[in-house]
Amino acid sequence: MGLIARRVEADGIPTLAMTSALSITRSVNPPRAAFLDYPLGHTTGKPLDAGLQREIVAASLAAFVELDKPGAVKMLPFRWSDDDEWKRDVVLSGDARAGRSAQPVYQCEADRRLAQDAGECPTCVFL
Amino acid sequence: MRTRRPPVDHIVRTRDLYSSLGHESYRWVRSETPPPWTRLAKPLKECRIGLVASGGVYRTGQIAFHHRDDISLRVIDASVPAAELRTSHFAYDQTNARIDPNVIFPVDTLRALAVDGVIGDVSPRAYAFMGGIYSARRVRETLAPEISRRLAADQVDLALLVPV
Repeated sequence: MGLIARRVEADGIPTLAMTSALSITRSVNPPRAAFLDYPLGHTTGKPLDAGLQREIVAASLAAFVELDKPGAVKMLPFRWSDDDEWKRDVVLSGDARAGRSAQPVYQCEADRRLAQDAGECPTCVFL
Repeated sequence: MRTRRPPVDHIVRTRDLYSSLGHESYRWVRSETPPPWTRLAKPLKECRIGLVASGGVYRTGQIAFHHRDDISLRVIDASVPAAELRTSHFAYDQTNARIDPNVIFPVDTLRALAVDGVIGDVSPRAYAFMGGIYSARRVRETLAPEISRRLAADQVDLALLVPV
């Protein structure tokens, strides 16, 4: 996403890249970032906690005012839990180059039928 | 015990995972030049925000992502009910995203911030794709310019980018 941030910003639109992967963000180096120290898959909050989600996104957007140096990262104060034990056993499986097909993978079978029934998908952009 | 640990280093973690799977090591993009910079032209409360997210979100009725370097985009109406949002991604735990898509695709959140007057409004079109694209070249040369062009056409004042 950092590459997209750099391109959009270069084209004249200010960007904020949210992130929960600090080392990757530092490496790709987008113009502005806000780091949330949560497990991956929760970049803008915890599920079913709209108040917290709002706080997190609002605090992140404040980076547009607070950050004035290209490449700066705002460290958000939110913590996933009282202790950081979750970081000990962060392992993502499922990431393997081999064996992935170019067939769409639906969340559920009903979605496949809905997409098929819809026919042409004008909001699906294949590049 | 309230231990504090430093942020997980996902570059190291990915390297270890790949090596344990017998794959060649993945090289994360390392930018050698400083990032560009565009100043926000007006106060946040007057800004139209464009959302771009890479958690593999699609809306019911749309075609899902495939898991082999898919660089396609889904254009999603920002007024979408969260109940019509789905995820398809090979590289993160989607459990909570499927319970509440706002954890990776904050449309309800942005709409609420607009109602609260924190931001101006939400651009009517949000953009979703599936990250974990191995070819940095295809992102630079194809996906990034396409997203940038669309955000400009939508006349957004700023873009909120949400990876996973």
